[in-house]
Amino acid sequence: MARLSLQGIRKSFARTEILKGITLDVEDGEFISLVGASGCGKSTLLRIIAGLEHPDEGSVSIDGKPVDEASPKARNVAMVFQDYALYPHMTVAQNMAMPLIMGRLPMRARLPGMRLLTPGFAPLRREIATQVETVARQLRIDHLLERKPAQLSGGQRQRVALGRALVRNPHLFLMDEPLSNLDAKLRVQVRQEIVELHQNTGLTFVYVTHDQVEAMTMSNRVALLQEGRLLQVGTPDDLYSDPDSLSVARFIGSPEINVLPAQARAGGFEVGDQFIPVPHQLELGSDLFLAVRPEGVMVAGAGPRDGRQMVTLAVTRTGMEDLGGEIILHTAVKGLPGIDLRARLQKEAGGVDLDLRNLPLDLNLSFSPRSCRLFAASGARIRAGAERAASLPTSLESVG
Amino acid sequence: MSAARGSLARRRALLAYALVAPASVLILLIYIGPIIAVIFASLTDYTLVRDGFSFVGLENYTAMFADEAFANALRNTVIYAAFFLPGAFFISLFLALAIQSRKKFRSVLEVLFFLPVTSTLAAMALVWAALMDSRQGVINNTLTSFGLEPVNFLGDPGFVLAALAAISLWSIIGFNMVLFLAGLTAIPRNLYDAAAIDGADHPVDRFFRVTWPMLAPTSVFVAVTTSITAFKLFDTVAVLTKGGPARSSEVFLYLTFLEGFEYFNMGYAAALSVFFLGLIFVFALIQTLLSDRRINS
Repeated sequence: MARLSLQGIRKSFARTEILKGITLDVEDGEFISLVGASGCGKSTLLRIIAGLEHPDEGSVSIDGKPVDEASPKARNVAMVFQDYALYPHMTVAQNMAMPLIMGRLPMRARLPGMRLLTPGFAPLRREIATQVETVARQLRIDHLLERKPAQLSGGQRQRVALGRALVRNPHLFLMDEPLSNLDAKLRVQVRQEIVELHQNTGLTFVYVTHDQVEAMTMSNRVALLQEGRLLQVGTPDDLYSDPDSLSVARFIGSPEINVLPAQARAGGFEVGDQFIPVPHQLELGSDLFLAVRPEGVMVAGAGPRDGRQMVTLAVTRTGMEDLGGEIILHTAVKGLPGIDLRARLQKEAGGVDLDLRNLPLDLNLSFSPRSCRLFAASGARIRAGAERAASLPTSLESVG
Repeated sequence: MSAARGSLARRRALLAYALVAPASVLILLIYIGPIIAVIFASLTDYTLVRDGFSFVGLENYTAMFADEAFANALRNTVIYAAFFLPGAFFISLFLALAIQSRKKFRSVLEVLFFLPVTSTLAAMALVWAALMDSRQGVINNTLTSFGLEPVNFLGDPGFVLAALAAISLWSIIGFNMVLFLAGLTAIPRNLYDAAAIDGADHPVDRFFRVTWPMLAPTSVFVAVTTSITAFKLFDTVAVLTKGGPARSSEVFLYLTFLEGFEYFNMGYAAALSVFFLGLIFVFALIQTLLSDRRINS
């Protein structure tokens, strides 16, 4: 159980700056995900937290105490590696006992062949074996204890790696893309198990992933990294509904958020050939980006009207993905070359008498300005009012 | 239908035999043939000085086990191996461990230690002879400058095997070191990360928990090939000591050479060779069994 605090972490490898000043506080018992595309520095950050790498600048504190000079052992962190990093020459039981043997037995009892020469430690060894069995039972791998990693399936290896991390009482539980080597179905299952593990242990979890779905579904908070910087830290809903920048909006959510070019006009903005009034202070004539999630887009006239003005665009259908319960509609916006508009349409949407299978090639799609987010040309979010308050609802109209 | 399939299978089989035939013939000619010829010769009294030969059964072998020269050669070889093997294994391992983590000078050091492997040992043996000379040798000059007694490295029966072992060490350490380096490089980095997380950050723990067990296949290979090399000692003996002084450096392969090409007892030399072959076979078998066990476990 521990708080984790990162202050201005910088790290370069061979003149390439991987981390450009990361400051982050993680509360005791929190499950935080570090998410970002590959190469964004998330794994390096995790290794710095673990003590496997040392930052060029900045400081890592656990429970308020700086641990920059401390070894991974002294930091008491547990870590699950992407490819599990099990010791191939040891049995499952020996793999899982490793942290306990290193932590409890003195050097003279740890050296090879010393088991028989140090009978005084036999009770301690039995205690360690019992502890390993207990954890193995929890993870349902107690029947595999005498096997070697090569004789295990991917999912079993994953559990052994979890078990090795769990046998002791770590301050922090670090995971580096632990699910990426599992097949899709197992991934969903283990995802749930890790969430339960977090709830049962109450430990502080730092979870690295490139998969935004994992980050969104598992964590209390998500920290989104891009090119060595933290773009936004917040609850999954913060990042999804209230992104600070276009990059965040684009990274989170699948299918990707729709981005349309718009121009600022007096009292509102213009998209396509429509004027939409908004209460924002906009620089006249400046280029803007309007972003709307695919589920906010509907076939014009078919969606529930909220009595306000809708943005309606004429589009040409370019593709359809039938996902069973819903359909992802891909369209090209007329008059805005190169702009795709994706709509996520529920087949069973209430009150919609629309045959989704037989949509015409040319149709009108519409969305409510309420579901839009506005961004400056630089990608920075434009919010209504000068100050940003996380508690304020920040969709366009609700403030106005 | 089935007849056609049968003939297709037969044609495929014929093609397969035709394709492996050249390699099989070469292997028979180059490897198997000579072995059979040597075994055959070891059962005869064939010499280089007389035409014709007659079968003598196992007489060469019984003579061998009664031969004092054979016992002497075997003893000398074992003493030499006792000097040579531990050094060839542990010094190479130590150097590999020491060099491996060096970033800047690793390649330079690798080349330096590997240089003796690329040199011609027979020629370099002469350099060693000059270094080890009992009167003007650099080593003895150094020893006497410290007030120590000069040592006749190659002329003293008590020193000659150790001196030969030293020269052999010089020539093989670089090679074994490169083998160990390859083995060390193949150990996944993340095992050391995992070990650090698990608390095995002391060098001794890292070595015994990760490096040594992960290096086991390489170690077996190095141990076996080095043992075989030890039994193949010949060129430095031939160039420097000719088995002397007083046959104290007459090792197994040199004795075989003497019997065959100096005393012309080809039949007897063939019997010695077969014994040598059996010895090497045992080592090769050990290696195969050990590496098989690793794969299966």
